[in-house]
Amino acid sequence: MATFAPLFKKRVEMPIKFNQMRRYILSFIFLLSLSVFAFSQEHSEPQSGGQPTNGEVQHGDPGAIDHQDHGTEAHDAGCGPQEEHEFDPGATAFHHIADQNIYSIGPWNFPLPCFLYAPDHGWSVFSSGKFHADAHGNGHVAVDKYVLVEGMVQRIADPTFPDGEVEVAHHPYFQKVKREDGGEKEIASICYESKLYPAEDRSTADGGLFGGGITSFYDFSLTKNVTSMIFIFALLSWMFLSVAKAYKTRDGMAPKGMQGFIEPIFIFIQDEVAKPFLGHKWEQYLPFLMALFFFILALNLFGQIPFLGGSNVSGNLAVTMVLAIITFLVVNLSGNKHYWEHILWMPGVPAWVKVILTPVELLGVFIKPMTLMLRLFANITAGHMVMVIFVSLIFVFSNNGINVGAGYGTAVGSTLLTLFMMTIELLVAFIQAFVFTILTASYIGAATEEAHH
Amino acid sequence: MIFLIDFTPIKPDFGLIFWTTIIFLIFWLMIGKFAFRPIAAALKKRESDIQGSLDEAKRVRQEMANLKAENEELLVQAREERAHILKEAKEAGNRLVEEAKGKAKVEAQKIVADAKEQIEHQKMAAITDLKNQVGAFSIQIAEKVIRRELSSNKEQETFVNDLVKEIKLN
Repeated sequence: MATFAPLFKKRVEMPIKFNQMRRYILSFIFLLSLSVFAFSQEHSEPQSGGQPTNGEVQHGDPGAIDHQDHGTEAHDAGCGPQEEHEFDPGATAFHHIADQNIYSIGPWNFPLPCFLYAPDHGWSVFSSGKFHADAHGNGHVAVDKYVLVEGMVQRIADPTFPDGEVEVAHHPYFQKVKREDGGEKEIASICYESKLYPAEDRSTADGGLFGGGITSFYDFSLTKNVTSMIFIFALLSWMFLSVAKAYKTRDGMAPKGMQGFIEPIFIFIQDEVAKPFLGHKWEQYLPFLMALFFFILALNLFGQIPFLGGSNVSGNLAVTMVLAIITFLVVNLSGNKHYWEHILWMPGVPAWVKVILTPVELLGVFIKPMTLMLRLFANITAGHMVMVIFVSLIFVFSNNGINVGAGYGTAVGSTLLTLFMMTIELLVAFIQAFVFTILTASYIGAATEEAHH
Repeated sequence: MIFLIDFTPIKPDFGLIFWTTIIFLIFWLMIGKFAFRPIAAALKKRESDIQGSLDEAKRVRQEMANLKAENEELLVQAREERAHILKEAKEAGNRLVEEAKGKAKVEAQKIVADAKEQIEHQKMAAITDLKNQVGAFSIQIAEKVIRRELSSNKEQETFVNDLVKEIKLN
């Protein structure tokens, strides 16, 4: 007892910092495990036989009312019963990393403005709240032939489908159809008055390479990704404008607050990326490199914040494609004579080598931005998918909610795994933003390098 | 639980392309102009300020060192001068003493010589006086003697003078 008392005292008087840190870590893990439960509630509802387990769902969510009808055929409008599918972690992950026309955080769906254009109908502008989406993002109202399938606007091309707002069956039907190139594709069909109408995807710019293409409509809506991007744009603008102001008002003083936070990162990009690669031209290209780095970094990090919808913005090929195209334009528009000479007719090599080199170099001009585009896209998308799949493990091991005990057991392990992945993703967020910027700087550096023979 | 197996993020959507282009270009051009460039300029200015201050400090330190060296040199010079002055003073003193000594010696010699001369004079005067007195005495003696032996005065006087002349002093 005599020896225990001082030990105990020492234990109690442990440095506050350590205790605080432990408290933060524990509460972070606890919050993460909450996310697992929120997720599990969202996804276990079909199995709960129409009994909503979450009281809040009933109030906040416009689509919540129809939870009562899950599993019944009262609203299938005569199109036959829904097939029961096994839980598919892959499909769940695809659903969660996709861009959506609603912003769903946990059980809540926030409507977003829709700007839709169909060549045969013109513009349709309305709020996606009009679709009355349920927790899965499936709308049960069609507006001007547009329907909401898993949070994404699709269009029914069939001219017999009525315009204006019409009520449709709550769940789309998924069918596998043959594509023209021989592959299989799953499409959603909407049941309206006992008839199935296939819903068309929005037009995409992949030229059929990834199974997309031009369809009967274009979606220029402020989607979840666009909303996140606008938010990030506003946040970054506010941050940088206030920092720039601080440099003016606090001239000659040590940096403080946000200024002190931004400055080391800014100087790092300036001194480690811009100056070594661009030589004396670094000031000219600094805004572009900074914009790239901070835009990508902020989007990467924003997608990692739990409970904010996990927007997969920088993991969307459209976003990385735009960044890569702008990089391509900046690099090649600033290319000097020396650069083009080296691509088109490499000096100092025999003529027959030139014949081989020129096509290779020309291909390189396009491959460079393409690798930028794919690298960022693949890294961020993979991170998001891994996260969803770790959480999905709970449903895989709990056998779709039948074995609840196994589900809770797995939840602990999957929370820890997710936490581990999030730590790595934090690193990836920085690395990918940095890699994109430094490669861009090196391409610009190569294009603007002066001849030295 | 039923989800469409469709990997949509890889299908670049026209809307997203459109919005990303607009948002990124605005971000690049606006924030580049109003934030990135001013921040870079401020950092550059601060860097040059710091470099300038460092250079200034270095220069001042160099100056201080120079000043100190100068002071030390001055001190050494002053010390040398003091020693020099002291030495000179000592020499001057010595010389004065020597001079005084010489003068004194000369004076003393002169005094001694004067004294000697004086003595010689006195001596001569005394001798002359003595001679005269001795002469007178002799005459008186001779008179007395001659009165008894010589009849004429003239002969007597001549005789006595001859006698006196014959007396050689010293």
